[in-house]
Amino acid sequence: MLSVQVGERQKADASVPAVPAPDARLADLRPGTSGRVTAIDEAVEPSTARRLFDLGFAPGAEVTVLRKAPLGDPVVFQVAEYEVALRRVQAAGIHVRRMA
Amino acid sequence: MSGHCGPAATRTVTGTNRLALVGSPNSGKSTLFNALTGLRTKTGNYPGVTVARYEGTARVGEHEVVIEDLPGTYSLDPISPDEQVVADVLDPDNPELGTPDAILVTIDATTLRRSLGLLAQVMQTGLPLCVVLTFRDELTRRGGTLDVAALRRALGVPVIGVTSGSRNDLAQLQSMLLDPAAWERPVLPPPTDPSQRRAWVESLLRSAAYEVPEADHRTRRIDAVLLHPLWGTLVFFATMFAFFQIIFTVAAPLQDAVQSVFDWLGTLVTDYVSNPLLAGFLGNALIGGVGGVVVFLPQIALLFLMISVLEGSGYLSRAAFLMDRIMAKAGLEGRAFVALLSSLACAIPGIMATRSLPSAKDRFATMMAAPLMTCSARLTVYVLLTGLLVGPGTTVGPFGAQGVVMFALYLLGAVSAMATAWVFKRFSSRSGPVLPFYMEMPSYRMPRPRTVAEAMWSACKGFLQKVGRIILLVTVALWLLLSLPTHSDAQLRSAGVNPADRTAVSAYEVNHSYAAGIGHAMEPVFEPLGFDWRINVGVLGSLSAREVFVATLGQVAAAQNPDQPAKTLAHMTYTDGPHQGQKLFTPATTAALLVFFLYALQCMSTIGVMRRETGSWRWPAVAFGYMFVLAWTMAFLTHTVVGLLA
Repeated sequence: MLSVQVGERQKADASVPAVPAPDARLADLRPGTSGRVTAIDEAVEPSTARRLFDLGFAPGAEVTVLRKAPLGDPVVFQVAEYEVALRRVQAAGIHVRRMA
Repeated sequence: MSGHCGPAATRTVTGTNRLALVGSPNSGKSTLFNALTGLRTKTGNYPGVTVARYEGTARVGEHEVVIEDLPGTYSLDPISPDEQVVADVLDPDNPELGTPDAILVTIDATTLRRSLGLLAQVMQTGLPLCVVLTFRDELTRRGGTLDVAALRRALGVPVIGVTSGSRNDLAQLQSMLLDPAAWERPVLPPPTDPSQRRAWVESLLRSAAYEVPEADHRTRRIDAVLLHPLWGTLVFFATMFAFFQIIFTVAAPLQDAVQSVFDWLGTLVTDYVSNPLLAGFLGNALIGGVGGVVVFLPQIALLFLMISVLEGSGYLSRAAFLMDRIMAKAGLEGRAFVALLSSLACAIPGIMATRSLPSAKDRFATMMAAPLMTCSARLTVYVLLTGLLVGPGTTVGPFGAQGVVMFALYLLGAVSAMATAWVFKRFSSRSGPVLPFYMEMPSYRMPRPRTVAEAMWSACKGFLQKVGRIILLVTVALWLLLSLPTHSDAQLRSAGVNPADRTAVSAYEVNHSYAAGIGHAMEPVFEPLGFDWRINVGVLGSLSAREVFVATLGQVAAAQNPDQPAKTLAHMTYTDGPHQGQKLFTPATTAALLVFFLYALQCMSTIGVMRRETGSWRWPAVAFGYMFVLAWTMAFLTHTVVGLLA
């Protein structure tokens, strides 16, 4: 389910290569950049969505990508003033708007 | 789940209040529990350390208050068995567990925004509650501010700030514990709707003049190195490697000291006890057998010292973060890494730590893999056998060869555990939802010396209790089997043994003991691995606890040559069979024995805890069976390969 959506997103990215689209998935953000959570994807299991909300990934929350693990996954995010690691699969289920 | 969670929490004395401690992992909950109750539980910096249920009694003046330390949780919407426990205990409609009279909610002041979400859920239970605010000193260090009195007014419940180690703060909290019924209650419960709840949290933060703490620059700087793709990986391996070098180099002189005490006791027995049977019992069974195991106390202490320091500093979470991708290869996740790492100390806490795994499939796969991790009981066997395999002075490059062998054994155990988990995950059914992976990265903190000392103390105490009970019992039983039947002088002479030659008599008696009979009966199974009857007896005895193997060999050595038991082992020869007269502990046999202990499930306690955690004999039977087959096969391959090389 998620992989299909990632595929669509990559197509969308390819059509506007110069400026990254403001709406993205959290998994697409580079380390050092931030985004504001807009929604949890509907394809995400309700229990997982609920947990992401409880962890601070709530609409309106600011998330900064801090660093990736040496093997690229998982990724450490700063959200709600603390640091939490998520796997890319989870981060791909979080819609964000890029911040300057 | 709830049925397996330790002592049932019931009101024992009428009028005794029962309080539950609720909080997210890392919120200082277990530290507070220890401070209030004095009951020792392991505390640390790693999310999810408290998976078992702990209860203790806090004394306030002449009164007692029962306090239950619930597993750490981020939410009352459970996604794992241990979170389910929290939800069940706090559910007044759940009659099974008994609802507490009041709740203490620990809240980390540096993660207030997230923690208030959990608080809102706890407040909805309608039980009297008191907020305990932790890590205010860290909030101040990082430039954040919080008006505790204003937060209290805005929440409508008592809020008490505690600084770890401050007796004043603790006394204030203790004085409140006696009368929760008098605690201030909120006028309205917090909203349940997510967006309204967010607004509720924001308004609270504004009222409390909460200034967001700066990012923890110290932690960021340390992480820039420790989580760096290159340096972080190097530091991880260096840390793991140093771990084993320290266990050897630092422990060696301490072990020598313990050994010399037992040697001295041995000379006392020889000098003052004239009855040969009593002298044999004291010298061989007690001092030779039990002493041989107690010698490993320094290593156990060091192992737990280092695990506790890594945990308390926050590095264990980083290690799990670095390892997650590798765990994913086995189909597992970071929380399983915690279980496997705990198994380095002992498979029992490791198996219990699998409760934090949301997925049942992951739980069983991790449980099957955990006993392969090198536990501290194996350590005693490894030390003995590694000493026989390579001399203490041997080096590999700049490193001691014994440390290198140990590292290899730990690595092989870990790799085998991963492979096992993968196999079990692969062949289990594919049903059930994929559960999320998330892991809090706590700030680096100085490990609290008291917490470290407590972890070491309880590990050493547990080890000595095990030595004092099960190991002592089995050692005595083995001594009897090794010493009986006794032979008269006439019998000895007719067998061609001079009754005046003490060494020859001892050797003859051991070789014709009941134990020898049992060991010989096992030979068809273990002969291909190079084991003789004495090793077989040791393997059989080690089913009760692996350390017994060390005690058995100590006894056999002492019985065969009472004057020089230490040297005997290295020069022991096959007493009969096709290899008679040849050295027993050849590199091939020693390596095979090491590998056998690496894979075999020689531990009744682990089997027992697996039975308890899974609720049936099926999984422990599967684990024992697959591990025995694996152990025998791998030991056979090792014996063949090393035999060809040597």
